Formats: sequence, C-alpha cells, structure tokens
Amino acid sequence: MKTSFPELEFTEPERYELHEGPFYHFEVSRREFVQVLGAGILISVAVPSAFAQRSGRGGGTANLAQRLHLGADGMITVFTSKVEVGQGSRTQLTQAAAEELGVPVDRIRLIMADTAQGPDDGGTAGSRTTPSTVPAIRRDCAAARQLLVNTASTAFNIETKGLSVRNGLVEGLGSDRRFGYADLASEKYAQALKRDAGSGVAVTEVAQWRVLGTAVPRVGAVEIATGAHRFPSDIVRPGMLYGKVLRSPSYGAELTEIDLGPAQALPDVAAVRDGDFVGFAAPTSFAAEQARDAAAKTAKWKIAPHPSSDELYDYLRAHATSPRPRRDLRGSPDDALKTASKVLRETYHVAYIQHAPMEPRSAVAEWKEGNLTVWTGSQQPARVRQDLARSLRIPQERVRVIVPDSGGGFGGKHSGEVAVEAARLALAAKRPVSIRWSREDEFTWAYFRPAGVIDVAGGLDDKGTLVAWEHVNFNSGASAIATPYEVPNIATEFKSCDQPLRSGSYRALASTANAFARESFMDELAAASKTDPLEFRLRHLKNDRLRAVLVAAAERFGWRNEWKLNSARQSIGVGLACGTEKGSYVACCAKIQVDERAGTFKVLKVCEAFECGAIQNPGNLQAQVEGCIVMGLGGALREEIRFKDGKILNPMFSQYRVPRFKDVPEIETILVNRPDLSSVGAGETPIIGIAPAVANALFNAAQVRIRSLPIRNAALRAST
Amino acid sequence: MNVNVQFTVNGQLQRLSTDPRRTLLDVLREDLGLTGTKCGCGEGQCRACTVLLDGSPVRSCLTEITEVEGRKVESIEGLGRNGRLHPVQEAFIQEGAMQCGYCVPGMIVATVGLLRRNPKPTQTQILDALNGNLCRCCGYGNILKAVQRAVRSVAPAESATSSRTGNPK
Repeated sequence: MKTSFPELEFTEPERYELHEGPFYHFEVSRREFVQVLGAGILISVAVPSAFAQRSGRGGGTANLAQRLHLGADGMITVFTSKVEVGQGSRTQLTQAAAEELGVPVDRIRLIMADTAQGPDDGGTAGSRTTPSTVPAIRRDCAAARQLLVNTASTAFNIETKGLSVRNGLVEGLGSDRRFGYADLASEKYAQALKRDAGSGVAVTEVAQWRVLGTAVPRVGAVEIATGAHRFPSDIVRPGMLYGKVLRSPSYGAELTEIDLGPAQALPDVAAVRDGDFVGFAAPTSFAAEQARDAAAKTAKWKIAPHPSSDELYDYLRAHATSPRPRRDLRGSPDDALKTASKVLRETYHVAYIQHAPMEPRSAVAEWKEGNLTVWTGSQQPARVRQDLARSLRIPQERVRVIVPDSGGGFGGKHSGEVAVEAARLALAAKRPVSIRWSREDEFTWAYFRPAGVIDVAGGLDDKGTLVAWEHVNFNSGASAIATPYEVPNIATEFKSCDQPLRSGSYRALASTANAFARESFMDELAAASKTDPLEFRLRHLKNDRLRAVLVAAAERFGWRNEWKLNSARQSIGVGLACGTEKGSYVACCAKIQVDERAGTFKVLKVCEAFECGAIQNPGNLQAQVEGCIVMGLGGALREEIRFKDGKILNPMFSQYRVPRFKDVPEIETILVNRPDLSSVGAGETPIIGIAPAVANALFNAAQVRIRSLPIRNAALRAST
Repeated sequence: MNVNVQFTVNGQLQRLSTDPRRTLLDVLREDLGLTGTKCGCGEGQCRACTVLLDGSPVRSCLTEITEVEGRKVESIEGLGRNGRLHPVQEAFIQEGAMQCGYCVPGMIVATVGLLRRNPKPTQTQILDALNGNLCRCCGYGNILKAVQRAVRSVAPAESATSSRTGNPK
C-alpha cells in the first residue's frame, strides 16, 4: 500500500510577494517597555533576515510529537502552521490525518496557525497546502499508525502483517485484546513519538482511501452557523480596548504636526504617536473613533504627488524597471514573425483589483509578563511574528501569533500591519487592544492585485498554423506566462515596474492576466484564420491533461452546436478559454446575451472543467471551482480600483461592485478525477478561464473585441 | 451625554447607558459580547451585520442604538430553540453553504426573516431578499441550495430542486 509522491511537474510558482520593509518604524521608549514588560527585560533585535521563512514550503517535520498529540481519551490533536481562510484546508487536512491514522474525522482536533505550537509547514499561499502539507500530515500520521501497529505487535507478540487500524484501534489482535492510540498516549511510549517520521513511511493508496476522496462536510460548520466561531475580529480579552488608527489623507503624505491633546482629553482614551503611527484606544470602537477624529482635526500633512488610474497603463510602460528580466526564448521568434504569412499584434490591460475579503484585517494584541500574543487574520503567521519582533524590537521568542479561522484571504492577507498596530497600541494602553480595519482601510491600505499591460504577437503560416509567439507582461506577474500551446518560436518576458499601488498576491495572481491575454489572442488568431476557436486550440495543443479538460468542457457545453462563425452581430455568443497553472488544468465555456438597445450584456451560462489530480474532497472542490468562477466574473466584468491624487476613488462596496446573488449565471462544473496523479491545489487556477471566455463570447456575439479588464458595458456601447 | 436604552435581545431584557450615536452592531458586539453578528463594511452594503428587529431583517451597522428602544432584537445566537438549531441553520450546514463563513450569520438571519414573512418564496423572491448579502468566497450556489432546503423543510411537499446551481434563465 505504498504511494510515492513523485516530483511535481511544475516549479515553485511565482508569488509576487511584497518585498518591502516594515510598515512602521517605531521608536518605542524604554520607559514604556519597562512599564509593560517589567524591569530587566532585554530589548534586542532578534530577526537576522527579513525573509528567512518566506519560502512557505512544507518542510520536514522535526518529530511526530510536534505534529501529533495523542489524548488518553482517544482524541488526537494534529498541528499545522497552515491557516483556514475559507479554502477548506481545515477539513482537508483533518481528512488527511483521519485517513492515515485510521480514526473517524470527529476524533481529530486540528490546531492551525499557532506559532507557539506545531511544526512549520510554511504560510498559506500558492495552492501549496494540498501538494505539500497534505502529504506531510499523511506521512506523519501514517508513521504514527505504523508505530501503533508495531507497538501492539511487540506487546502482544503478534506479527505486524495481519494487523491494521480502524476506529483508532488495532485490528487483528484477537477479540479480547484492545489496543489503540489512547494506549499509545501513555508515558511508556512517549519516547517512541519523539522520532522522525522518516521517508519510508507507507501512506494509503488512493484506491484504498476511505476518508480522503469523500465530501466530508466543513469541519466547524456548526460554530459558523450559530455565530459561535470566533473570527480574529471576534476575539475578546479581559480588559480589552478597541483601537483606531489615524490614516494619512493620501498615499505618500507625511505627518508634520498633530496635537493628541483633544483626543487625550476624552474619557478613558489612550493615544500614542510613534513615528508615522498614530493610534487611539478606548473602551468602545466608537469612542476610539471620536478620539481619532478629534486628533485628526489638528493634523498637518505634507502631500506627495501620485499618479492617477487614468494614466495607469502608460505609467506602467514608462516605469518598467526589470532588474532581472525574465525572458524565455525558444527558436527565433523575431525571424519567425518576419516571415509569417499573417501576423497579429495586440495589447491587453488588466486593472488593479482588491481582494475585499468579508472580514477586513483584524488583530487583538495582548502583552503579558513580557510576552506578546496576537490573534490576527493572516495567511503568514510566521512572517507576522517576524514583523512584530522587528517593529517592536523584541526577540521573536517572546511573540506568539495565533490565526483563528479567518474571514477570507484570497492571497490578500500575507502582511501583518494590523497585528503591529494592535501590538503598538496595546503597549501604549497597557491593556489588550482589538483593531478591525474599516472597509475603507482595507480598500486603501491593504495591497492590490497588480495591474498589468500585456503585449502579445503571433504569426501564422499559410496553413493557419502558429509559428511564432511573443508575450510580454509589464507589472502584473509571470504566473502562467508560458503558453501551453505548441509553437516552435516563442519569446516570453515579464518586466517588473515601479508601480503606483502596493501590490501582492491574489487568487491565481498574474495567471488571470496572462490567461486573459493569451486566450483572447488565441481567439483573435482563430478568427483571423476563420477557424473554430476550439479546433484552433486543439490543433496546437499536445498536453493531454489540458486537452482533456478542454474537450470535456466543450462537450458538456455543447460547443459544436453553440458556436457559429458570425460575421454580423448576434444577440447570443459563446466563447471558451483554457489554461494551466500550479499543476492543475482548467477549461471554461461561457454563453452571453447582448442587449443591443441598452448596450449591455449578461453572462447566461458558464461550463467549466477542472482537473487537479486525485480529488481529495469533491464537495469542497466544487465550492472552490464555483467560487472561483463567480469571483473571477467580478474581475472580468466590473472590479477596478480607481485612484487619483493619492486617494482611492472607490474604497467602498457601494462604489466597488463585487458579484452578488443576481450576478451568478447558470454554472455547470466538471470535476475531472485523476486518482493516478498527485493531488494539487484547487483554490486558484479555476479562476483563470472565465474572463477570456466571456470576452471571447462577447466577440462572438457582438463582433467587439475587448482587450481590457474589467470589460465595461461602455466599451460595448462605444462600438454600437 | 450617554442615554439609557432598553430593549430585548434574543428574549432577554437589556438596559444600558451609552452614547446615542453608537450602532446596534457595536453594542451587540462590544457591550453584550454577541460577536456572531459581523461587520463587513459599515455602510449597509454587505449585510453581514443583519439582525431581526421586531422580526424584520435590518442592517445593524446602520441602526442607531436609540432606534431599538423598546423593541425586540434577534441575532444569530438566538435562533436555536431548546438546544436545537434553527431549520435554516441546519439547512446551511447540510448544504455546506459556507466557505470562510463570515457572511453566514447574516445570510442565515436574512433567510429566517424572509421565511417568516413569506414561508414559500419563489426563486425570484429569494434573490430579491438576499441580493444585498455579500459572500466574497462567492459560495452563492450552495447558499441558494441551503435556502431552498430551508424552504422545503417548512413546506416538505415542494419538489426537489435541480442539481445545477445559479439562477434559472
């Protein structure tokens, strides 16, 4: 029953991580520390390297005792540094542990993302939980199961061969003998648990899965449905105050003067200014706001110039920096473009968008006997711990970060600003402090999915075969920049830019932009050679897994009946797109309807096929795929951050329209299961096909080619 | 400048003295420890803060505390009866209608409010009632299934719904 985990056939995904110094430069006074921490505490800089633990790879576990705690009551506690932000990691990791331990799911208690306990499986990013952490937990739990079997074998002098584990008990010992994990929990076997899991542990083959591969319901569902679950913003500590932070009126503005007096005159308010940071804590968030607003009236700012979103794409092109150009070359694309019988060149744009998780950044910080504990919603607890230690200049060992299951991430919560703010304010207030960013804070001071400009060129020979391909991405990232199509001459390049807004990862990040450009352009090439876009793609596609999802989606959608080579405007149109990223494969077909009179259109139906190896939880996978399609529709149709003079012009849900119930089209999904292949993550890649599929459908119907996301109805109207 | 306010929350009488400009949401969360009601935007656009006021859904982030004087507030914590979950809560769990779950209390409370005034809503009526509630995980399909399941549990004779999700066209 051995399953190996072959090297995955993709490289570490480009992450587009924030590379920046600390958010705040504090000058915490010695006196404040002595008051909070007690005398004699050494304040030192503890972190040697800013990104020491940045890689996020699921490293090896030091020993089983770090991963597992066996309760005398039969409950088994499993530890991981991964977080649950709605992607289903808690359930999936619980399933993995239950599968290998041979216990029911409800006997597992999974402790996630507490820097004080458990092994470091890295942060939660890049769809790495499924391919890295699930195997690590399976391996460790399989080792524990083996240990249980071996111990029983020795204790009862029975060969291990006939022994197995079910419901936490060893089976095959004889009817009068009971031996299970609770027995292994005794002191007698404590040493045995302190060993490494080792690499030769046999995990359960996919064909034998009993828990993995099934739609185990979300762990913790009752607590969610009853309101009992405490999200980071719900944590309450004794004596806790609520905090508010003064924000600058525009990006780059410098605080030159402020009088904290009016705020401090209010009852029970603690106010602190430390460098750029100005914060207020009070018994209610309303009182903290009053204090902040009173002080804000006295603030003087030095305003800095900042570009506007109206000039964004020219700005990016003009500010390409590319210290390390990533140019991948195959064949001679320049020559091939010169000699091709037909050449197209187009430019595509994608806007900045915001993750807008339902729960804005939140943190509760508490200082106790010189130690700092912070509960916060972050995908990177270890990095937040480093940020806290660096900002507050205390050793990391004195900092504990706990991430309760949080209200959404989507790649947008990799940073720890709010944790640092709460900790600084708690230090000043000498009480625990809770800060929940406002929606406007989140829309302004979090980071964004980077905007991008993408130039694509393609050359066809006289038979309509692609002979040259060029794809240059300015700013938005290199994920999925390589074309999956067979082309003999290729040049791809990512140019980083000195960009106006703080940017970081997002669900599938640049893959969405690169897939939008590539799949739209493939459609343009197909149209230029008057070919069915499905046929055109298949003719240039060898990758079996990508072909399989493309054919599956097209067949279910009824592509061959739905698609027509239109030469005049029609009210109904269909489009498709496909792609691969992070080891998984997606194809998406969309049907849209144009309202000629109103100059608008509506997405009627989406059919998407997705394959990510062996399916570990079909229920959660379905939810991830549907969620990606609908979230992707937001970025495709409406979402766009606009800014001017250093201000975000639409920092509210009333001004930044995200998908709602009525925006959901009919959705059909095909989850292609490949039990013969390693499982990879599914929370990101299903988002990349929807935007180009819709844009291509719009072309099919209205003969209008949209090359900029979001697709605005205005673009459609302008063409009529 | 505090005022005295008196109202019931989940059947319990509450009397408190507070700044009249505070919202019902803040009082529930910060004074009464009822953190099941969430803040997602503070401008009434996401409805994570939905509670029932005299039986009707309201946005507690836009409801000043003085508005609830003498009235009846129900929050997510008060929906269960005698240790049993409300059928709408059951339906959300059964359908797996949650990803991060932050929007779920607001969704459930809004659904309870809808079913109280209209036990057999049509699909259009469901969409009208819930369109203001945001789910950024975009799990709208399963949430709709949960609402439909809740409707059926009120009216079991209703026929089963299609396995497809989304809006019928």
